[in-house]
Amino acid sequence: MNFETTIGLEVHVELKTNSKIFSPSPVQFGSEPNANTNVIDWGYPGVLPSTNKGVVEDGIKAALALHAEIEQNPHFDRKNYFYPDNPKAYQISQSETPLAHDGWIEIEVDGEKKKIGIAEMHIEEDAGKNTHSPNGFSFVDLNRQGTPLIEIVSKPDITSPDEAYAYLEALRQRIQFTGVSDVKMEEGSMRVDVNISIRPIGSDKYGTKTELKNLNSFNYVRKGLAFEEQRQQRVLMSGGTIGQETRRYDEASGQTILMRVKEGSDDYRYFPEPDLPVLEISDDWINEIKADMPEMPSNRRDRYVNELGLKEYDAMVLTQTKEMSDFFEAAVAKGADAKMTANYLMGDVNAYLNDNQVDLQDTKLTPENLAGMVKLIDDGTISTKMAKKVFKAITNGEEPASYVKEHGLVQLSDPAQLQPIIDEVLANNEQSIEDFKNGKDRAVGYLVGQIMKQTHGQANPQVVNQLLMKSLKAL
Amino acid sequence: MNFYDTDLTKLHDDLVNKKISSTELTKATYENITADDDQVKAFLTLDEENALKKAAEVDQQGVAANQLVAGIPLGVKDNIVTKDLKTTAASKILSNFKPIYDATVIEKLKAQNFINAGKLNLDEFAMGGSTENSAFQTTHNPWDLTRVPGGSSGGSAAAVAAGEVLAALGTDTGGSIRLPASYNGVVGMKPTYGRVSRWGIIAFGSSLDQVGWLTQSVKDNALLTSLISGHDDRDLTSSTKEVPNFASQLNDDTNVKGLRIAVPKEYLGEGVDENVKAVIKAALKHYESLGAIIDEVSLPNTQYGVAAYYIISSSEASSNLQRFDGIRYGVRATDVKNLEDVYVRSRSEGFGDEVKRRIMLGTFSLSAGFYDAYFMKASQIRTLIRQDFEKVFEDHDLVMGPAGPTVAYKIGSNITDPKSMYMNDVLTVPVNMAGLPGMSIPAGFADNMPVGLQIIGKPFDEETMYKAAYTFEQSTDFHKQTPKLGGQK
Amino acid sequence: MASKIDEQQVKHVASLAKLQFDDDQLGKFTTQLESIIDLFETIDKVDTTGVKPMTSATDQVNAMREDIAVNSNQREALLNNAPDTEEGYIKVPAIIDESGDGE
Repeated sequence: MNFETTIGLEVHVELKTNSKIFSPSPVQFGSEPNANTNVIDWGYPGVLPSTNKGVVEDGIKAALALHAEIEQNPHFDRKNYFYPDNPKAYQISQSETPLAHDGWIEIEVDGEKKKIGIAEMHIEEDAGKNTHSPNGFSFVDLNRQGTPLIEIVSKPDITSPDEAYAYLEALRQRIQFTGVSDVKMEEGSMRVDVNISIRPIGSDKYGTKTELKNLNSFNYVRKGLAFEEQRQQRVLMSGGTIGQETRRYDEASGQTILMRVKEGSDDYRYFPEPDLPVLEISDDWINEIKADMPEMPSNRRDRYVNELGLKEYDAMVLTQTKEMSDFFEAAVAKGADAKMTANYLMGDVNAYLNDNQVDLQDTKLTPENLAGMVKLIDDGTISTKMAKKVFKAITNGEEPASYVKEHGLVQLSDPAQLQPIIDEVLANNEQSIEDFKNGKDRAVGYLVGQIMKQTHGQANPQVVNQLLMKSLKAL
Repeated sequence: MNFYDTDLTKLHDDLVNKKISSTELTKATYENITADDDQVKAFLTLDEENALKKAAEVDQQGVAANQLVAGIPLGVKDNIVTKDLKTTAASKILSNFKPIYDATVIEKLKAQNFINAGKLNLDEFAMGGSTENSAFQTTHNPWDLTRVPGGSSGGSAAAVAAGEVLAALGTDTGGSIRLPASYNGVVGMKPTYGRVSRWGIIAFGSSLDQVGWLTQSVKDNALLTSLISGHDDRDLTSSTKEVPNFASQLNDDTNVKGLRIAVPKEYLGEGVDENVKAVIKAALKHYESLGAIIDEVSLPNTQYGVAAYYIISSSEASSNLQRFDGIRYGVRATDVKNLEDVYVRSRSEGFGDEVKRRIMLGTFSLSAGFYDAYFMKASQIRTLIRQDFEKVFEDHDLVMGPAGPTVAYKIGSNITDPKSMYMNDVLTVPVNMAGLPGMSIPAGFADNMPVGLQIIGKPFDEETMYKAAYTFEQSTDFHKQTPKLGGQK
Repeated sequence: MASKIDEQQVKHVASLAKLQFDDDQLGKFTTQLESIIDLFETIDKVDTTGVKPMTSATDQVNAMREDIAVNSNQREALLNNAPDTEEGYIKVPAIIDESGDGE
């Protein structure tokens, strides 16, 4: 029997606003437990939430990035459940009227492009954090309580673990480009819940879903789904049935392990949040936000290929993060050659970031300085070999032109200065001239080497080549 | 002294002119409370030491002309949070709770240097109409100590009626200011939803709750309501509408000539005590004699008000009261074995029966499979109730009727039958459902107990209500009568 | 519309609300709730076809706060009010169910 797979992804993204979604407490990480909390975050008797406008704006930005339709009059709903990290015992979320619905993003798997639908996207508050000690107690820190989240729910369009991976990658990129979140799974600013079911090809009914937990990277999502896809197939092939259950992905073994069987559905008793007036999202407001939106990665890629002549692959690498893409564009705007800039970013710059485990925005590299270096190479002032030293200098924030001057790295390109040296080398190497005349091309290399030696490596190899060939032919 | 023969304006003037000191006033207040309150049982928490300290401060600073309540002791219902002063909502689960912030209404009063006399009894979490649901004590009606004071702001109404304080803050979710005002012969105003900030009011039904005053006179009420009204950034449902000085037009020229008063036939129908009806009809006649035009109208969905109200208020309450879980504040059950115990035992031991009933009703009304038939349907009926009023207000200025179907009943006579207790709210809940302002003023007596006339206004038109109430008050003697208990002193 | 509520349902609703009733109370509550739910069901006969529900009475729309962070400096006071704390955390008996909101 052949099966088809249906995967659903629920992605939570933490927004990086100044204050929480319903309280003015700061959104900040790494503080003392409960330092960033107030009476609202603790759900004190008598407190009321107040909606952060910045969160709604960020939500609209994200919705626009997902090509979603924005709800004109969304309201908030209460989702009721008891848990120590949930102080009011309800989460203020959106259920009936999510901020946006019916969006899509495009993914590419093995060269095939496909649109994946977004069912809905809403804004809500994050819970606090519980930590557990082995001696029978748990500890509650409410710093994270009220951190703004957007939740993005996919339509059942994803049919393979690879597509799930590509969807997450595309989603991460688009959200990252809006600037509303860092979208980093390793830091918890992006969290993924997945469900998967399979059914015999041609069946018009979805199979029973299992939910997977503890998927801490895109890679684990892909691996966990692949394992679960196989497991479900094995179960069905051997005549078994899939239980409605939650399974935990075990990173060490690469398997999914049963956590609990779901009995019926949870009853969250959603109802409209009476403490918050309904929102009114006008076209004017949306247009204002639209005007402020950074260009999305897909548009940038098209532009890099069509206008700047980059290869598809290069354009893709440069648009992995907004920081890289913005850096590239700023350098090109300073007059640097696009291809050479791209090569440096993908080569030396990426290597530097990897070696030092830093993000581009946290280095001393600036688009101005990279552009300056590229221009020096381009106009022959420095050689690519010299550029190695200059690159090191600009990672320390030095200005390339003055660095080159100070360290005498200027390339010798003036024929008037080079010709006497060439003449001298030729005069001292008659054997090589003989060899050249006898068709031994190797002699040219030797002569160039001698000239470079004489100029302590500062001669412009291209100019030297030109002048040398001319002199040889004239002999 | 008691506060029967004075009013806010007079006390304020005397304080400004140093004819009287705040310390004298405060001492007198505590003397009254000491004398009466072991019978009335209106106060849950007294704070004499701090009150006297504050009074001394005020006396030293002097009272400025624009500080209306400076140096004057006022009472506060105990579901309004007061920083560093125990706030229990009359519940065991909060019996040890000291808030670390002030409600907006308290902030506003403190900014004017008022004296907080203490915290007043209520039905636990404001759920009830008699204060019999308080976890700590039942308040007694000063007019007849064997009767209830009404509720849930029963402590506030009784304290004012007994002359213990000039005015007290209450809250009203389905009649909790108006019903006790009626039972105690005092003036009670529930302003329009959104007129007064709910920040710091321990939530019961968030879409219905409002704060308001119980006072001896209409003018005091108007003055005090202006003081606490207005938009608050911390309560986004609070209105940005400008707040008029409600008392500015209460003077000798105030009248009701040409005022169009609608009397819903449902408010004088079956279930309303005949003697109460007679008092209300006489009051309406009196309005007519003063030049008002009285029309009988219909609010056809009134009969569904109680059911829809109890579904909505209990649903909201079930969610609002989930935060009382013994984890972050309040009382945690002892000898708990696990987390589930903390939740279940803290809540089961901490809440009284009526609160549990409401939580159960609300949880049920919101639960899977019942939401549409209960919560959603009730919310649709809410729309119909509001539309009923809108239609009447197209060609009327005010709606009038009784505030409660009976006078105050005997303590213990209703407590075993929650459903019949709920039916007492039939005349008050539609106002909260529609978000309208509603008040009760003394209109006469039935069976020697006070009867309140309910006045309902258009949204944010408290001004017209105060004018009508003032005209009635100034041309009658009902408000001048005081219960024997206090009158004997 | 389901009509009556029975003891089984009362128990289920109580578990959602984290309440517990002993056998005596269960009987009493079931009877009382039944009678009140009877009252609730009177609204069933109202025709509400096409009627928009009213879930708030506020006159405010689109009311929001600017995104400005304010530190409350209430940490100590908040922790002081908690029944049990340790090193700045709220302390509770061990959480065994790790499911959180069960999502």
